[in-house]
Amino acid sequence: MIRKTPFHERTSALNETGLWEHWSNALVAQRYQMSEKFEYFAIRNAAGLFDTSPLYKYRFTGPDAERFLGGILARDPRKCAVGHAQYTLWCDDRGYVIEDGVLLHVAADEYLLTAAEPNLAYFQGFLGRLDAAVEDVTEDWGVLSVQGPFARDLLTAVAPAAKDLAYFGVMQATVAKVPVLISRTGYTGDLGYEIWAPAADALAVWDAVAAAGKGRGVIPFGMTALYMARIEAGLVLLDVDFHSSRFAWTDADRTTPVELGLGWMFRELAPPTDGKTGSGNGSSATAAANGHDARAFIGREAIARELRERTSRWQLTGLVVDWHDYDRIYDAAGLIPPKDHNPIQDEYYVYDDELNQLGYATSQMYSPMLQRHIALARVPLGLTAPGSRVKLELPVAHRYEYFDAQVTRLPLFNPQRRTA
Amino acid sequence: MAKTNGAKSNGTRRTPPTREARTYDAIVIGGGHNGLTNAAYLSKAGLRTLVLERRPIFGGAAITEELRPGFWFTTFSYALSLLRPDIIHELELVKHGFMPILMPSTFCPREDGDYMLLGQDHGENHKEIERQSKHDADAYDAFNHDITKVLQAIKPLMDQAPPDFWSDDPEELIRLAALAARFRNLDRKVLHDAIRLLTGSAANFLDDYFESDLLKGYMASSAIIGTKVGPYSEGSGLVLLYHLLGEHDGEFGAWAFHKQGNGGFTKVLARAAESFGVEIKLEAAVDHVITTGGRATGVALANGDEYHAPIVVSAVDPRRTFLELVDPRELPTELVEQIQRFRFQGTSAKVNFALDGYPRFPTLGDRTDQYRGFTNIGPSMEYLERAFDDAKYGWYSKRPYLDCALQSTVDPDMAPPGKAVMSCFVQYAPYELRESDWDTEKQNLGDTVQATLESFFPGFGSLVLQREIRTPLDIERTVGLSEGNIFAGEFLAPQMWFMRPALGWANYRTPIAGYYQCGSGTHPGGCVMGAPGKLAAEAVLKDRDRGKVGGNGAAGTSRGGTRAAVGGALASTSSRG
Repeated sequence: MIRKTPFHERTSALNETGLWEHWSNALVAQRYQMSEKFEYFAIRNAAGLFDTSPLYKYRFTGPDAERFLGGILARDPRKCAVGHAQYTLWCDDRGYVIEDGVLLHVAADEYLLTAAEPNLAYFQGFLGRLDAAVEDVTEDWGVLSVQGPFARDLLTAVAPAAKDLAYFGVMQATVAKVPVLISRTGYTGDLGYEIWAPAADALAVWDAVAAAGKGRGVIPFGMTALYMARIEAGLVLLDVDFHSSRFAWTDADRTTPVELGLGWMFRELAPPTDGKTGSGNGSSATAAANGHDARAFIGREAIARELRERTSRWQLTGLVVDWHDYDRIYDAAGLIPPKDHNPIQDEYYVYDDELNQLGYATSQMYSPMLQRHIALARVPLGLTAPGSRVKLELPVAHRYEYFDAQVTRLPLFNPQRRTA
Repeated sequence: MAKTNGAKSNGTRRTPPTREARTYDAIVIGGGHNGLTNAAYLSKAGLRTLVLERRPIFGGAAITEELRPGFWFTTFSYALSLLRPDIIHELELVKHGFMPILMPSTFCPREDGDYMLLGQDHGENHKEIERQSKHDADAYDAFNHDITKVLQAIKPLMDQAPPDFWSDDPEELIRLAALAARFRNLDRKVLHDAIRLLTGSAANFLDDYFESDLLKGYMASSAIIGTKVGPYSEGSGLVLLYHLLGEHDGEFGAWAFHKQGNGGFTKVLARAAESFGVEIKLEAAVDHVITTGGRATGVALANGDEYHAPIVVSAVDPRRTFLELVDPRELPTELVEQIQRFRFQGTSAKVNFALDGYPRFPTLGDRTDQYRGFTNIGPSMEYLERAFDDAKYGWYSKRPYLDCALQSTVDPDMAPPGKAVMSCFVQYAPYELRESDWDTEKQNLGDTVQATLESFFPGFGSLVLQREIRTPLDIERTVGLSEGNIFAGEFLAPQMWFMRPALGWANYRTPIAGYYQCGSGTHPGGCVMGAPGKLAAEAVLKDRDRGKVGGNGAAGTSRGGTRAAVGGALASTSSRG
């Protein structure tokens, strides 16, 4: 039986298309209006509201919660003080990614972690004798994501203290008399916030935010617009850009964080250079303060080895299709070059000039903001330098054609306001 | 002074600079979108380029002004469609903030409360058209298919200089042969449709497909915009075709609203131009082009300052380019006569409103989503033709055609929350009025427009916070477009392609060596398109590479290192056709 999110009463009234997707067995709008592109422009030019409630949410509590998470998560949770959030992931002991999520440090000894799929048993399996607990709180919360250039104004209107909330900051607030958590996070690569409201009171929060946006072009947006924004932002999606190593059949379907372009998470894995701080557990706090991450988290050894020996098989990067080549190929086929913004979250292969396969694209679309066809693609390490040339295989008039494309750093779209 | 998009940043210096400082590789007269485009390409190719703009803001007719606190008006030009995609990429406009926002719908109201609202969903559009005529629903697809074939065939002509049928240059002969081959290979129906549209009336063509007055009125509106023709006039087909050639993200005939209007666009263009090294000087009215021995060597400003360059490009209209900026006696008489015959006869006006809220359309209640694109006040071809009838006899339409856009619906930054700005393109408003003048009739025109809107949207008047009227005379006085013609010259068949602006002088050159033209009065023509600016730059650079200009007396500051790369880009673009 399909379920409804805490915001369903509002989202169902607003969904003019009758198009829904099933996300973790909950109804979410594919698009609210006849034009998903108009919704996308709300994200990039005004603000959009998105119901992100179906995301799995876990609550970790207890004196050992930090230690527990520190043993599992790839980024050091000790660097995430109360009132901060962290984009993170967890790996298996071979250094392959299981999933990614956002960790919110909401209070001393209390964290929230988002996940795309169920992970409770996995987490519980590592509790051992630690004085910590983990529970699935997915349905306790309605989470309203407010994304776009006006997002700060809207948040400030409903919770004045949110005005100064820093990028990846977390705060407690009251919106429409409802106690909420606000995190400066999102999945659009734009200025954005997520308001975590107790499920029972979620509608009041939606109404307050919607009222603050009235007359300002603020509209709800659906999954299609979200996917458009996340591809531009280079934000990876489970089962599209990577697969959980727990459920992959072969290593070809597994990905390391470095291969996923997230090597920046591990800058502190390298041993300290001053030689004074040891790497043993006893001095880990000092080491952490000095920037060195000495934690023994799952996958650490494998990731350190991969970094040391440069054994990554590929790296996720951006591709920008050569517009001139694109138009030329379609013109030659007698077709008008399509510029379709609908995301294609499927594999298309990447070649060199001699048509040897180099890798593959996992997501692609025409970006109205960038005015180019863009893709997220896995390319060999030797080709990750921006400007490297590859060919992207796409079907044109019932046969494959090979389009010139350039490797580009992620994110492809990264406005200053996102972090400002 | 009102805030404007092209902030005054670089006024004329009163201390005369040294001669060296006043010497450039190229000078562009006029800081409209074509002037800026031209200068950007020249500078990108290594020429030290100066743009001289008469007004305190750049952008020409593509400006956005805050004429009331919080309300931004697209005073003249108001939407984007025909801008050549090549320019977006070659001038790296995205990096500088290029942002064409989708206008997802078109609203065609009737006075009796009926309406047609077309949007992004194909199936929904069918049903919406069926409300007017079941016959027309699939006719609409047939029309779009047929016309798209024509557009596909003629689009390459927009991206290359017109052919010179009298040239004996081998390169030109090859181009002519390629053109002939292209037409020979065209499907016969496509060719015939193209000729019917290029020579005939929009009404004839539309009548072949449709029976709904409302749908035909909407389609025919694109056939009259900016031109002194009615939908039944021969020649209106050409105007229709021209407007449908525009595209948004690959979709023919679709329009976008640039962030902050077309003034926002020219601001992006200026940033791009400056990033290539272009210098823009405001409040620098050019009095005339200085010529020495039949060559252009610079310009003299109205204040007496002189700037020197072996290349001077005029981005202003043909009348000013040939009859005012240079002494017509220096030109062949035949050319002078052609330019004297060149029709301007501006026929459009703008009335822009600041509104306290959104107009109410009686049968749609409190809905406002119908205003996210153009609102087309032209419910039938007869309505449009009757509006034209007034203009034929020297008066503005008693019931004008209006192309309205409540731009704050797609770009909320254009007006304070809950308020709106509304741009209304008005036609017909002929430049020459019989037994009156525009200074006398200006407010009456505003009243006529407002009364028309009132009849479609009862209560409209009570929403009006401010009204800004721009008659053809205002357009001429402010922007400098002769007779207020928004295209810098009428879209009439004898004034297009290899005849724009004159036979034998459609290749952006002039009889004066080093003096070029790049305004909308050259091929392909008006609208915020940039093609004239770009194609003129190609002509300049080709001459430079052949040693015809720029070799003598140049500032000697060319950044030769960039020449090859840019030349390559231009060459590869022009070879597309």
